[in-house]
Amino acid sequence: MIEQVSDPLPQAGYAKVVLELDVNNHPGVMSHICNLFARRAFNVEGILCMPVSDGRRSRIWLLVFDDQRLEQMVRQLEKLEDVLNVRRHGAEHEVFERLEGFFH
Amino acid sequence: MMQMTGAQLMVRLLERQGVRTVAGIPGGAILPFYDALSGSEHIHHVLARHEQGAGFIAQGMARVSGVPQVCIASSGPGATNLVTAIADACLDSIPMVVITGQVPQAMIGTDAFQEVDIYGITVPITKHNFLVRSAQELLEVVPEAFRIAMSGRPGPVLIDVPKDVQNQLVTVAEFPAPAVADPAPQLDLEAVELAAKMINEAERPVLYLGGGVVASGAAPLAVQLAEQAGLPTTMTLMALGAMPMDHPLSIGMLGMHGARYTNFVLEEADVLVCVGARFDDRAIGRAAQFCPNAKIVHIDIDRSELHKIKSAHVAIHANVKCALEALLPRVQATLRKRWLSHVDSLKTRFPMQFPGQDDPRTHYGLIHAVAAALDDRAIVATDVGQHQMWVAQAYPFRRARQWLTSGGLGTMGFGLPTAIGAALAEPDRTVVCFTGDGSFKMNIQELATLAEEGLNVKIVLMNNNALGLVYQQQTLFYGQRLFASKYRTEPDFVKIAEGFGVAAVDLDLADNPRAALAEALHRPGPCLIHVTIDREQFVYPMVPPGAANTEMIGG
Repeated sequence: MIEQVSDPLPQAGYAKVVLELDVNNHPGVMSHICNLFARRAFNVEGILCMPVSDGRRSRIWLLVFDDQRLEQMVRQLEKLEDVLNVRRHGAEHEVFERLEGFFH
Repeated sequence: MMQMTGAQLMVRLLERQGVRTVAGIPGGAILPFYDALSGSEHIHHVLARHEQGAGFIAQGMARVSGVPQVCIASSGPGATNLVTAIADACLDSIPMVVITGQVPQAMIGTDAFQEVDIYGITVPITKHNFLVRSAQELLEVVPEAFRIAMSGRPGPVLIDVPKDVQNQLVTVAEFPAPAVADPAPQLDLEAVELAAKMINEAERPVLYLGGGVVASGAAPLAVQLAEQAGLPTTMTLMALGAMPMDHPLSIGMLGMHGARYTNFVLEEADVLVCVGARFDDRAIGRAAQFCPNAKIVHIDIDRSELHKIKSAHVAIHANVKCALEALLPRVQATLRKRWLSHVDSLKTRFPMQFPGQDDPRTHYGLIHAVAAALDDRAIVATDVGQHQMWVAQAYPFRRARQWLTSGGLGTMGFGLPTAIGAALAEPDRTVVCFTGDGSFKMNIQELATLAEEGLNVKIVLMNNNALGLVYQQQTLFYGQRLFASKYRTEPDFVKIAEGFGVAAVDLDLADNPRAALAEALHRPGPCLIHVTIDREQFVYPMVPPGAANTEMIGG
């Protein structure tokens, strides 16, 4: 008997993508977002979050792999009530590059 | 300007939202709310015997009304007891607003008595959830919860309210307007044109209806589309009743326990029109081999369902009702004689078989006898297991919202409290709850709630003293190594029902079981109808887990 369990996808080797999320700023938003990725064993390589303007909103930057499930992940993100919009950038986006100094 | 407590404000906001019946169990952290609720002249509170029962009572009301319904629990164990009912509502897209008490804010995070992070626990099983930090916030949060629960693809929303927030005084200048659902997404008319073209050019199209058709009130439009375009129509477990089972175009339920001919018709389809369904593994079997030759039109309100399991050739992100309204004038009236006569011949060669249907002491016979004694006004709820699949196969459902079952989560214990909720929402209808002895024992305490409310719920208990579907799978797929699937003792269910104050009839002892059954069904008020069934009777046909739908065994 074969159950329909797919193997976890090896993510190394895929190009990286930077996601930019505008979200409501309150405790709990991060857990909604991180849960989505963790449940699907979709590794988040980098995460960065700061409040913007008056503090009612935050911006979250995620560094993830561009594997075949990414489109589905983005749609799931867009469904979250606290996620106002999601923009995709290529890995060349400087937000994580400029932080690298803090990690070496 | 009005001054009131957070608890009083919550009650007012529920009243203004049109909530008239709630189910729950009080406890320390929700007592301020209960105190305020006791003063409500509009809201009837149904006291459940276990919080999971309260959750399913709310679900029962929501499943028959289509409107978000409310259940309530205290903090800690009260809240965790709701988890299964919330997850069930999430998987079946049932609108529900769950209110839980929480320890006072100053004690959150200290492992206080009956403290649990129900907000954190319910993140993955709600559409959205809130932890309210001030009474003022309730003015926004309560209507938001209802709006979210009923908008788009419906689902459960949880509001966790610390005790101090319930007690906090708040000044209200004006109440917010009751929530209404968000407008439907903008329809992509180009995609609708394309879908119509595919249907018009198809030679062997099949219409595949899911729970979204029921949720959006689009069942009559779906039937109209099928009739206009000559589409044989299959339904998922969640959509049963959307098209009458005896409609000439109905090819019944698809999937793991669908009829052989149904899965064979799908195998031959060249266009599959999927409306408000999500290609669930129990419905489609092995995904790669489902409708291998078909182009797919997929209409769904949830954009993340499109292309999730099967890539659609035309994907329409829309409210099903709006999409069908736009599709109908673009679809040609077709008789489609050749394809429909081929479908008929498959139906004749590989029909659904109902052995024993004339004997009311067999599973199919019992279901037929219940259906024969009732009309289409009756509501049918089930628990989960063999009895559920037999009812899905054999009961002649003829209208949407007639059939209440736990589809996605498959929760044993769903039936009785859901039937109670259905009877609360529609007290004039007879509600039948088909159950098995395994499932029934999982929320049997709600017999007390049923007796107290005196509702018109008839529990038809198919007793094989086993976890029948487990027994079946161990027999078929685990080398007949039967383990932990048979009970060694057998409770006296008739005595149990009577002990709770519910009338009971044992068809095993009846001289004329058909007459005894009809009499029990027609006598007003709650009743347990007990029938012993043969443990060696299995649900057939069956697609083995992981196999393609055409690889059925039995039936």
